[in-house]
Amino acid sequence: MIDLILNDFFWRAMAGGLMVAMVAGPLGCFVVWRRMAYFGDTLAHSALLGIALGTAFQANLNLSIVLVCVLLAVILMLLSRQQSLASDTLLGILSHSSLAIGLVVLGMMQDFSIDLTGYLFGDLLAINQRDLLWIALGGALILMLTVWLWRGLLMITIHEELATVEGHRTGLLRLALMLMLSLVIATAMKIVGVLLITALLIIPAAAARPLAATPERMAVIASLLGMGSVVAGMTLSWHVDTPAGPSVVVAAFGFFLLLWLVRARAPA
Amino acid sequence: MTDPVVSLEDAGLRYGETHVLHDLTFSMSEGDIVTVIGPNGAGKTSLIKLILGIEKPSSGHVRQRAGTRVGYVPQRMTLQPTLPLTVGRFLGLAGGDASAIEAALARTGVAQLADESVHHLSGGEFQRVLLARAILRRPQLLVLDEPAQGLDVNGQSALYELIRSLRDELNCAVLTVSHDLHVVMASTDTVLCLNGHICCRGQPEQISQDPAFTQLFGENLANTLAVYHHHHNHSHDVHGETVP
Repeated sequence: MIDLILNDFFWRAMAGGLMVAMVAGPLGCFVVWRRMAYFGDTLAHSALLGIALGTAFQANLNLSIVLVCVLLAVILMLLSRQQSLASDTLLGILSHSSLAIGLVVLGMMQDFSIDLTGYLFGDLLAINQRDLLWIALGGALILMLTVWLWRGLLMITIHEELATVEGHRTGLLRLALMLMLSLVIATAMKIVGVLLITALLIIPAAAARPLAATPERMAVIASLLGMGSVVAGMTLSWHVDTPAGPSVVVAAFGFFLLLWLVRARAPA
Repeated sequence: MTDPVVSLEDAGLRYGETHVLHDLTFSMSEGDIVTVIGPNGAGKTSLIKLILGIEKPSSGHVRQRAGTRVGYVPQRMTLQPTLPLTVGRFLGLAGGDASAIEAALARTGVAQLADESVHHLSGGEFQRVLLARAILRRPQLLVLDEPAQGLDVNGQSALYELIRSLRDELNCAVLTVSHDLHVVMASTDTVLCLNGHICCRGQPEQISQDPAFTQLFGENLANTLAVYHHHHNHSHDVHGETVP
Protein backbone atom coordinates (compact mmCIF):
# COMPACT_ATOMS: atom_id res chain seq x y z
CA MET A 1 0.00 0.00 0.00
CA ILE A 2 2.70 2.50 1.05
CA ASP A 3 4.84 1.27 -1.85
CA LEU A 4 1.99 1.96 -4.20
CA ILE A 5 1.55 5.49 -2.91
CA LEU A 6 5.25 6.27 -3.04
CA ASN A 7 5.90 4.77 -6.44
CA ASP A 8 2.89 5.74 -8.49
CA PHE A 9 2.77 9.39 -9.54
CA PHE A 10 -1.03 9.53 -9.35
CA TRP A 11 -1.22 8.24 -5.78
CA ARG A 12 1.72 10.39 -4.72
CA ALA A 13 -0.14 13.41 -6.04
CA MET A 14 -3.30 12.28 -4.26
CA ALA A 15 -1.49 11.79 -0.94
CA GLY A 16 0.25 15.17 -1.19
CA GLY A 17 -2.97 16.94 -2.14
CA LEU A 18 -4.92 15.36 0.71
CA MET A 19 -2.29 16.35 3.28
CA VAL A 20 -2.16 19.95 2.08
CA ALA A 21 -5.97 20.23 1.96
CA MET A 22 -6.20 18.88 5.51
CA VAL A 23 -3.93 21.56 7.02
CA ALA A 24 -5.29 24.28 4.73
CA GLY A 25 -8.80 23.79 6.17
CA PRO A 26 -8.31 25.31 9.64
CA LEU A 27 -5.85 27.94 8.40
CA GLY A 28 -8.23 28.89 5.61
CA CYS A 29 -10.88 29.50 8.26
CA PHE A 30 -8.59 32.05 9.91
CA VAL A 31 -8.00 33.69 6.52
CA VAL A 32 -11.78 34.01 6.09
CA TRP A 33 -12.49 35.10 9.69
CA ARG A 34 -9.71 37.66 9.77
CA ARG A 35 -10.33 38.91 6.22
CA MET A 36 -6.82 38.01 5.16
CA ALA A 37 -7.58 36.77 1.63
CA TYR A 38 -5.59 39.55 0.01
CA PHE A 39 -2.82 38.96 2.51
CA GLY A 40 -2.74 35.29 1.49
CA ASP A 41 -2.46 36.34 -2.15
CA THR A 42 0.45 38.61 -1.32
CA LEU A 43 2.30 35.84 0.50
CA ALA A 44 1.60 33.45 -2.37
CA HIS A 45 2.94 35.88 -4.96
CA SER A 46 6.07 36.40 -2.93
CA ALA A 47 6.60 32.63 -3.05
CA LEU A 48 7.63 33.04 -6.68
CA LEU A 49 10.32 35.46 -5.57
CA GLY A 50 11.39 32.74 -3.13
CA ILE A 51 11.76 30.29 -6.00
CA ALA A 52 13.71 32.81 -8.07
CA LEU A 53 16.12 33.62 -5.23
CA GLY A 54 16.41 29.97 -4.24
CA THR A 55 17.34 29.06 -7.80
CA ALA A 56 19.76 31.96 -8.11
CA PHE A 57 21.61 30.99 -4.93
CA GLN A 58 21.14 27.27 -5.53
CA ALA A 59 19.48 26.90 -2.13
CA ASN A 60 16.72 24.53 -1.12
CA LEU A 61 13.58 25.85 -2.84
CA ASN A 62 11.13 24.96 -0.07
CA LEU A 63 13.32 26.69 2.47
CA SER A 64 13.79 29.81 0.35
CA ILE A 65 10.03 30.07 -0.27
CA VAL A 66 9.31 29.89 3.46
CA LEU A 67 12.04 32.43 4.22
CA VAL A 68 10.82 34.97 1.65
CA CYS A 69 7.18 34.54 2.77
CA VAL A 70 8.12 35.02 6.41
CA LEU A 71 10.27 38.04 5.59
CA LEU A 72 7.41 39.61 3.64
CA ALA A 73 4.94 38.85 6.44
CA VAL A 74 7.20 40.60 8.97
CA ILE A 75 7.70 43.59 6.65
CA LEU A 76 3.92 43.83 6.23
CA MET A 77 3.39 43.67 9.98
CA LEU A 78 5.89 46.50 10.56
CA LEU A 79 4.61 48.68 7.71
CA SER A 80 0.96 48.28 8.66
CA ARG A 81 1.75 49.96 12.02
CA GLN A 82 2.66 53.20 10.24
CA GLN A 83 -0.78 53.56 8.68
CA SER A 84 0.36 56.16 6.17
CA LEU A 85 -1.00 53.88 3.43
CA ALA A 86 -4.24 51.90 3.50
CA SER A 87 -3.51 48.26 4.11
CA ASP A 88 -4.99 47.09 0.80
CA THR A 89 -2.78 49.56 -1.09
CA LEU A 90 0.23 48.30 0.83
CA LEU A 91 -0.70 44.69 0.12
CA GLY A 92 -1.21 45.46 -3.56
CA ILE A 93 2.19 47.10 -3.85
CA LEU A 94 4.05 44.28 -2.15
CA SER A 95 1.99 41.55 -3.81
CA HIS A 96 2.56 42.62 -7.39
CA SER A 97 6.08 43.93 -6.84
CA SER A 98 7.25 40.63 -5.39
CA LEU A 99 5.57 38.75 -8.25
CA ALA A 100 7.20 41.04 -10.81
CA ILE A 101 10.63 40.92 -9.16
CA GLY A 102 10.34 37.12 -9.02
CA LEU A 103 9.57 36.95 -12.75
CA VAL A 104 12.40 39.36 -13.60
CA VAL A 105 14.96 37.43 -11.54
CA LEU A 106 13.81 34.17 -13.13
CA GLY A 107 14.11 35.76 -16.57
CA MET A 108 17.70 36.84 -15.90
CA MET A 109 18.79 33.29 -15.28
CA GLN A 110 18.97 32.07 -18.85
CA ASP A 111 20.98 28.98 -18.10
CA PHE A 112 18.15 27.55 -16.03
CA SER A 113 15.12 26.30 -17.80
CA ILE A 114 12.29 26.76 -15.37
CA ASP A 115 8.77 25.51 -15.79
CA LEU A 116 6.98 28.76 -14.97
CA THR A 117 3.50 27.36 -15.62
CA GLY A 118 4.18 24.66 -13.06
CA TYR A 119 4.90 27.26 -10.39
CA LEU A 120 2.03 29.52 -11.34
CA PHE A 121 -0.67 26.88 -11.65
CA GLY A 122 0.85 23.92 -9.83
CA ASP A 123 2.20 20.66 -11.09
CA LEU A 124 0.54 18.19 -8.82
CA LEU A 125 1.38 15.14 -10.90
CA ALA A 126 5.10 15.96 -10.79
CA ILE A 127 5.36 15.49 -7.01
CA ASN A 128 8.34 13.28 -6.17
CA GLN A 129 9.10 11.36 -3.00
CA ARG A 130 11.18 14.21 -1.58
CA ASP A 131 8.32 16.67 -2.12
CA LEU A 132 5.98 14.26 -0.39
CA LEU A 133 8.32 14.12 2.60
CA TRP A 134 8.42 17.94 2.74
CA ILE A 135 4.64 18.13 2.59
CA ALA A 136 4.29 15.51 5.34
CA LEU A 137 6.77 17.25 7.65
CA GLY A 138 5.44 20.76 6.98
CA GLY A 139 1.86 19.56 7.30
CA ALA A 140 2.50 17.80 10.61
CA LEU A 141 4.21 20.92 12.00
CA ILE A 142 1.36 23.21 10.93
CA LEU A 143 -1.28 20.84 12.28
CA MET A 144 0.46 20.59 15.65
CA LEU A 145 0.81 24.37 15.89
CA THR A 146 -2.84 24.86 14.92
CA VAL A 147 -4.07 22.53 17.65
CA TRP A 148 -1.65 23.89 20.24
CA LEU A 149 -2.42 27.57 19.59
CA TRP A 150 -6.09 27.12 18.69
CA ARG A 151 -7.67 28.90 21.65
CA GLY A 152 -5.32 31.86 21.48
CA LEU A 153 -5.66 32.22 17.72
CA LEU A 154 -9.42 32.13 18.05
CA MET A 155 -9.39 34.74 20.82
CA ILE A 156 -7.25 37.25 18.90
CA THR A 157 -9.64 36.75 15.98
CA ILE A 158 -12.74 37.40 18.09
CA HIS A 159 -11.40 40.37 20.07
CA GLU A 160 -7.75 41.31 20.30
CA GLU A 161 -8.03 43.41 23.45
CA LEU A 162 -10.09 40.84 25.29
CA ALA A 163 -7.43 38.30 24.35
CA THR A 164 -4.71 40.58 25.76
CA VAL A 165 -6.59 41.02 29.03
CA GLU A 166 -7.02 37.26 29.29
CA GLY A 167 -3.28 36.79 29.08
CA HIS A 168 -2.81 35.72 25.45
CA ARG A 169 0.41 36.90 23.81
CA THR A 170 -1.33 38.58 20.88
CA GLY A 171 1.79 39.74 19.00
CA LEU A 172 3.36 36.28 19.11
CA LEU A 173 0.10 34.63 18.07
CA ARG A 174 -0.26 36.91 15.07
CA LEU A 175 3.32 36.15 14.07
CA ALA A 176 2.70 32.42 14.51
CA LEU A 177 -0.35 32.61 12.25
CA MET A 178 1.73 34.32 9.55
CA LEU A 179 4.47 31.71 9.87
CA MET A 180 1.92 28.94 9.54
CA LEU A 181 0.39 30.60 6.48
CA SER A 182 3.84 30.97 4.94
CA LEU A 183 4.52 27.28 5.57
CA VAL A 184 1.22 26.15 4.10
CA ILE A 185 1.78 28.33 1.04
CA ALA A 186 5.25 26.86 0.53
CA THR A 187 3.82 23.34 0.64
CA ALA A 188 0.63 24.09 -1.31
CA MET A 189 2.60 25.63 -4.19
CA LYS A 190 3.30 22.21 -5.64
CA ILE A 191 -0.37 21.39 -5.61
CA VAL A 192 -2.18 24.39 -7.05
CA GLY A 193 0.53 26.92 -7.80
CA VAL A 194 1.12 30.52 -6.76
CA LEU A 195 -1.99 31.96 -8.38
CA LEU A 196 -4.48 29.49 -6.92
CA ILE A 197 -3.21 28.91 -3.37
CA THR A 198 -5.58 31.40 -1.77
CA ALA A 199 -8.46 29.55 -3.43
CA LEU A 200 -7.47 26.32 -1.68
CA LEU A 201 -7.45 28.23 1.61
CA ILE A 202 -10.65 30.24 1.41
CA ILE A 203 -13.06 28.28 -0.79
CA PRO A 204 -13.38 25.17 1.45
CA ALA A 205 -13.60 27.41 4.53
CA ALA A 206 -16.32 29.58 2.99
CA ALA A 207 -18.18 26.49 1.81
CA ALA A 208 -18.05 25.06 5.35
CA ARG A 209 -19.55 28.16 6.97
CA PRO A 210 -23.27 27.36 6.51
CA LEU A 211 -22.73 23.84 7.85
CA ALA A 212 -21.05 24.81 11.10
CA ALA A 213 -22.27 26.18 14.43
CA THR A 214 -18.87 26.29 16.14
CA PRO A 215 -15.42 27.34 14.87
CA GLU A 216 -14.01 23.87 15.51
CA ARG A 217 -16.64 22.24 13.35
CA MET A 218 -16.08 24.78 10.59
CA ALA A 219 -12.35 23.97 10.61
CA VAL A 220 -12.94 20.22 10.39
CA ILE A 221 -15.58 20.55 7.66
CA ALA A 222 -13.26 22.86 5.70
CA SER A 223 -10.55 20.21 5.87
CA LEU A 224 -12.94 17.50 4.71
CA LEU A 225 -14.30 19.64 1.85
CA GLY A 226 -10.76 20.50 0.78
CA MET A 227 -9.83 16.82 0.77
CA GLY A 228 -13.02 16.00 -1.14
CA SER A 229 -12.04 18.66 -3.69
CA VAL A 230 -8.63 17.06 -4.12
CA VAL A 231 -10.19 13.65 -4.75
CA ALA A 232 -12.83 15.05 -7.11
CA GLY A 233 -10.39 17.33 -8.94
CA MET A 234 -7.78 14.59 -9.37
CA THR A 235 -10.38 12.16 -10.65
CA LEU A 236 -11.60 14.73 -13.16
CA SER A 237 -8.03 15.43 -14.19
CA TRP A 238 -7.34 11.69 -14.64
CA HIS A 239 -10.39 10.97 -16.77
CA VAL A 240 -10.72 14.15 -18.81
CA ASP A 241 -7.03 15.07 -18.84
CA THR A 242 -7.47 18.54 -17.35
CA PRO A 243 -4.67 20.31 -15.43
CA ALA A 244 -4.67 18.90 -11.89
CA GLY A 245 -4.30 22.07 -9.77
CA PRO A 246 -7.05 24.10 -11.44
CA SER A 247 -9.30 21.01 -11.43
CA VAL A 248 -8.98 20.80 -7.64
CA VAL A 249 -9.96 24.48 -7.33
CA VAL A 250 -12.90 23.98 -9.72
CA ALA A 251 -14.09 21.04 -7.59
CA ALA A 252 -13.84 23.18 -4.43
CA PHE A 253 -15.85 25.91 -6.13
CA GLY A 254 -18.45 23.30 -7.10
CA PHE A 255 -18.80 22.23 -3.45
CA PHE A 256 -19.09 25.88 -2.43
CA LEU A 257 -21.87 26.63 -4.94
CA LEU A 258 -23.75 23.46 -4.11
CA LEU A 259 -23.70 24.05 -0.34
CA TRP A 260 -24.76 27.68 -0.59
CA LEU A 261 -27.55 26.88 -3.02
CA VAL A 262 -28.86 24.10 -0.76
CA ARG A 263 -28.64 26.48 2.18
CA ALA A 264 -30.47 29.25 0.31
CA ARG A 265 -33.31 26.88 -0.55
CA ALA A 266 -33.66 25.44 2.94
CA PRO A 267 -36.02 27.29 5.29
CA ALA A 268 -34.02 29.41 7.73
CA MET B 1 -5.06 50.65 53.99
CA THR B 2 -4.74 47.43 52.01
CA ASP B 3 -2.81 47.07 48.80
CA PRO B 4 -5.06 48.47 46.03
CA VAL B 5 -6.09 46.24 43.11
CA VAL B 6 -5.01 48.89 40.67
CA SER B 7 -3.39 52.27 41.16
CA LEU B 8 -2.39 55.11 38.87
CA GLU B 9 0.29 57.58 39.84
CA ASP B 10 0.66 60.71 37.68
CA ALA B 11 -0.06 58.44 34.74
CA GLY B 12 -0.17 59.97 31.27
CA LEU B 13 -0.57 58.65 27.76
CA ARG B 14 0.31 60.26 24.49
CA TYR B 15 0.16 59.08 20.92
CA GLY B 16 2.91 60.87 19.02
CA GLU B 17 2.52 64.53 19.92
CA THR B 18 -1.03 64.23 21.18
CA HIS B 19 -1.45 64.06 24.93
CA VAL B 20 -4.54 61.96 25.46
CA LEU B 21 -4.29 61.66 29.22
CA HIS B 22 -2.14 63.36 31.83
CA ASP B 23 -1.59 63.45 35.58
CA LEU B 24 -4.02 60.71 36.51
CA THR B 25 -3.78 59.63 40.12
CA PHE B 26 -6.29 57.32 41.72
CA SER B 27 -6.53 53.81 43.06
CA MET B 28 -9.18 51.16 43.52
CA SER B 29 -9.52 48.47 46.17
CA GLU B 30 -11.80 45.45 46.41
CA GLY B 31 -15.45 46.41 46.49
CA ASP B 32 -14.92 49.93 45.10
CA ILE B 33 -17.22 51.02 42.34
CA VAL B 34 -15.83 53.85 40.23
CA THR B 35 -17.71 55.41 37.33
CA VAL B 36 -15.78 57.43 34.79
CA ILE B 37 -17.75 59.99 32.83
CA GLY B 38 -16.59 62.52 30.32
CA PRO B 39 -17.38 63.97 26.91
CA ASN B 40 -16.35 62.28 23.67
CA GLY B 41 -12.61 62.41 23.18
CA ALA B 42 -11.99 62.79 26.91
CA GLY B 43 -9.77 59.72 26.88
CA LYS B 44 -12.17 57.27 28.56
CA THR B 45 -11.27 54.33 26.36
CA SER B 46 -7.57 55.21 26.64
CA LEU B 47 -7.92 55.16 30.42
CA ILE B 48 -9.39 51.67 30.20
CA LYS B 49 -6.48 50.55 28.02
CA LEU B 50 -4.03 51.89 30.61
CA ILE B 51 -5.78 50.13 33.46
CA LEU B 52 -6.01 46.86 31.55
CA GLY B 53 -2.35 47.04 30.58
CA ILE B 54 -3.12 47.12 26.84
CA GLU B 55 -1.30 50.45 26.64
CA LYS B 56 1.78 51.34 28.66
CA PRO B 57 1.74 54.83 30.25
CA SER B 58 4.09 57.27 28.53
CA SER B 59 4.63 58.96 31.91
CA GLY B 60 3.94 58.05 35.52
CA HIS B 61 2.95 54.58 36.66
CA VAL B 62 0.03 52.21 36.40
CA ARG B 63 0.21 49.27 38.77
CA GLN B 64 -1.99 46.21 38.90
CA ARG B 65 -1.54 44.09 42.00
CA ALA B 66 0.48 41.05 40.98
CA GLY B 67 -1.71 38.16 39.87
CA THR B 68 -4.89 40.22 39.60
CA ARG B 69 -7.61 38.47 37.65
CA VAL B 70 -9.32 40.97 35.38
CA GLY B 71 -12.76 40.71 33.84
CA TYR B 72 -13.33 42.97 30.88
CA VAL B 73 -16.57 43.84 29.12
CA PRO B 74 -15.54 45.65 25.92
CA GLN B 75 -17.60 48.25 24.15
CA ARG B 76 -19.45 47.49 20.91
CA MET B 77 -17.96 44.18 19.96
CA THR B 78 -18.27 43.55 16.26
CA LEU B 79 -18.27 39.85 15.59
CA GLN B 80 -17.35 38.51 12.18
CA PRO B 81 -20.48 36.82 10.81
CA THR B 82 -18.17 34.36 9.04
CA LEU B 83 -17.09 32.99 12.42
CA PRO B 84 -19.71 30.57 13.75
CA LEU B 85 -19.86 30.80 17.51
CA THR B 86 -22.33 29.71 20.15
CA VAL B 87 -22.65 31.51 23.45
CA GLY B 88 -21.45 28.41 25.28
CA ARG B 89 -18.35 28.05 23.12
CA PHE B 90 -17.62 31.78 23.46
CA LEU B 91 -17.56 31.39 27.24
CA GLY B 92 -15.61 28.16 26.95
CA LEU B 93 -12.77 30.08 25.29
CA ALA B 94 -12.30 31.98 28.55
CA GLY B 95 -11.69 28.68 30.36
CA GLY B 96 -13.93 27.01 32.89
CA ASP B 97 -15.97 23.82 32.66
CA ALA B 98 -19.53 23.34 31.45
CA SER B 99 -21.12 23.71 34.89
CA ALA B 100 -19.22 26.94 35.62
CA ILE B 101 -20.33 28.34 32.25
CA GLU B 102 -23.93 27.38 32.96
CA ALA B 103 -23.76 29.00 36.40
CA ALA B 104 -22.25 32.22 35.03
CA LEU B 105 -24.93 32.49 32.35
CA ALA B 106 -27.65 31.79 34.91
CA ARG B 107 -26.19 34.46 37.22
CA THR B 108 -26.57 37.15 34.56
CA GLY B 109 -30.00 35.86 33.58
CA VAL B 110 -29.24 34.44 30.15
CA ALA B 111 -28.97 30.69 30.86
CA GLN B 112 -31.42 29.93 28.05
CA LEU B 113 -28.99 31.37 25.47
CA ALA B 114 -26.17 28.81 25.96
CA ASP B 115 -26.70 27.08 22.60
CA GLU B 116 -27.70 30.22 20.72
CA SER B 117 -25.41 31.72 18.07
CA VAL B 118 -23.75 34.92 19.27
CA HIS B 119 -24.84 36.53 16.00
CA HIS B 120 -28.51 36.24 16.95
CA LEU B 121 -28.39 38.12 20.25
CA SER B 122 -29.90 41.53 21.00
CA GLY B 123 -27.67 44.25 22.42
CA GLY B 124 -28.90 43.69 25.97
CA GLU B 125 -28.52 39.92 25.73
CA PHE B 126 -25.00 40.27 24.39
CA GLN B 127 -24.01 42.61 27.23
CA ARG B 128 -25.14 39.97 29.71
CA VAL B 129 -23.26 37.24 27.87
CA LEU B 130 -20.11 39.40 28.00
CA LEU B 131 -20.71 40.00 31.69
CA ALA B 132 -21.14 36.25 32.28
CA ARG B 133 -17.88 35.65 30.45
CA ALA B 134 -16.14 38.24 32.63
CA ILE B 135 -17.37 36.77 35.93
CA LEU B 136 -16.42 33.26 34.79
CA ARG B 137 -12.86 34.29 35.56
CA ARG B 138 -13.87 35.30 39.13
CA PRO B 139 -12.26 38.70 38.62
CA GLN B 140 -10.80 40.90 41.34
CA LEU B 141 -11.13 43.82 38.95
CA LEU B 142 -14.10 44.18 36.62
CA VAL B 143 -13.82 46.77 33.85
CA LEU B 144 -16.84 47.71 31.76
CA ASP B 145 -16.70 50.03 28.74
CA GLU B 146 -20.08 51.70 28.18
CA PRO B 147 -22.02 48.65 29.40
CA ALA B 148 -25.40 50.35 29.17
CA GLN B 149 -24.96 51.62 25.64
CA GLY B 150 -28.01 51.00 23.49
CA LEU B 151 -30.20 49.94 26.40
CA ASP B 152 -33.31 51.80 27.44
CA VAL B 153 -33.59 53.26 30.92
CA ASN B 154 -35.16 50.12 32.38
CA GLY B 155 -32.55 47.92 30.79
CA GLN B 156 -29.82 50.21 32.08
CA SER B 157 -31.01 50.19 35.65
CA ALA B 158 -31.44 46.40 35.57
CA LEU B 159 -27.89 46.04 34.29
CA TYR B 160 -26.45 48.41 36.89
CA GLU B 161 -28.30 46.57 39.62
CA LEU B 162 -26.84 43.29 38.35
CA ILE B 163 -23.34 44.75 38.36
CA ARG B 164 -23.80 45.97 41.92
CA SER B 165 -24.95 42.56 43.14
CA LEU B 166 -22.04 40.88 41.33
CA ARG B 167 -19.71 43.26 43.16
CA ASP B 168 -21.24 42.19 46.48
CA GLU B 169 -20.83 38.54 45.54
CA LEU B 170 -17.31 38.62 44.11
CA ASN B 171 -16.04 41.54 46.20
CA CYS B 172 -14.27 42.87 43.14
CA ALA B 173 -13.37 46.42 42.23
CA VAL B 174 -15.64 47.71 39.45
CA LEU B 175 -14.64 50.39 36.96
CA THR B 176 -17.39 51.54 34.60
CA VAL B 177 -17.01 54.02 31.80
CA SER B 178 -20.04 55.87 30.58
CA HIS B 179 -20.77 58.90 28.47
CA ASP B 180 -24.34 58.84 29.55
CA LEU B 181 -24.89 61.31 32.36
CA HIS B 182 -28.49 60.44 32.85
CA VAL B 183 -28.09 57.26 34.77
CA VAL B 184 -25.23 56.85 37.18
CA MET B 185 -25.35 54.06 39.65
CA ALA B 186 -26.36 55.11 43.15
CA SER B 187 -23.98 52.47 44.43
CA THR B 188 -21.07 54.23 42.72
CA ASP B 189 -18.61 55.26 45.40
CA THR B 190 -16.75 57.67 43.21
CA VAL B 191 -17.50 59.44 39.98
CA LEU B 192 -14.40 60.49 38.10
CA CYS B 193 -15.02 63.25 35.67
CA LEU B 194 -12.48 62.93 32.90
CA ASN B 195 -11.38 65.34 30.22
CA GLY B 196 -7.75 64.52 29.49
CA HIS B 197 -7.18 64.76 33.22
CA ILE B 198 -9.44 64.23 36.21
CA CYS B 199 -11.48 67.46 36.40
CA CYS B 200 -13.29 66.54 39.53
CA ARG B 201 -14.23 63.55 41.58
CA GLY B 202 -16.69 62.75 44.27
CA GLN B 203 -19.83 60.90 45.20
CA PRO B 204 -22.60 61.09 42.62
CA GLU B 205 -24.69 63.50 44.71
CA GLN B 206 -21.81 65.91 45.24
CA ILE B 207 -20.38 65.92 41.80
CA SER B 208 -23.36 67.44 40.06
CA GLN B 209 -22.82 70.52 42.23
CA ASP B 210 -19.15 70.79 41.35
CA PRO B 211 -18.35 73.89 39.24
CA ALA B 212 -15.82 71.94 37.17
CA PHE B 213 -18.49 69.43 36.33
CA THR B 214 -20.98 72.10 35.26
CA GLN B 215 -18.28 73.77 33.23
CA LEU B 216 -17.40 70.56 31.41
CA PHE B 217 -20.87 69.44 30.54
CA GLY B 218 -22.69 72.77 30.45
CA GLU B 219 -25.35 73.98 32.85
CA ASN B 220 -28.29 72.28 31.18
CA LEU B 221 -26.74 68.87 30.76
CA ALA B 222 -25.18 68.83 34.22
CA ASN B 223 -28.54 69.46 35.83
CA THR B 224 -29.92 66.34 34.23
CA LEU B 225 -27.48 64.06 36.04
CA ALA B 226 -29.83 61.62 37.61
CA VAL B 227 -28.75 59.30 40.34
CA TYR B 228 -30.32 55.95 39.97
CA HIS B 229 -31.72 54.69 43.26
CA HIS B 230 -32.85 51.16 43.30
CA HIS B 231 -36.21 50.53 44.87
CA HIS B 232 -36.76 46.99 45.92
CA ASN B 233 -40.35 46.69 44.84
CA HIS B 234 -39.68 44.99 41.53
CA SER B 235 -36.87 44.10 39.19
CA HIS B 236 -36.31 43.85 35.47
CA ASP B 237 -35.43 40.93 33.29
CA VAL B 238 -33.11 40.98 30.33
CA HIS B 239 -35.72 42.53 28.05
CA GLY B 240 -36.43 45.30 30.51
CA GLU B 241 -39.78 43.75 31.37
CA THR B 242 -40.88 44.19 34.96
CA VAL B 243 -40.85 41.07 37.06
CA PRO B 244 -42.31 41.17 40.57
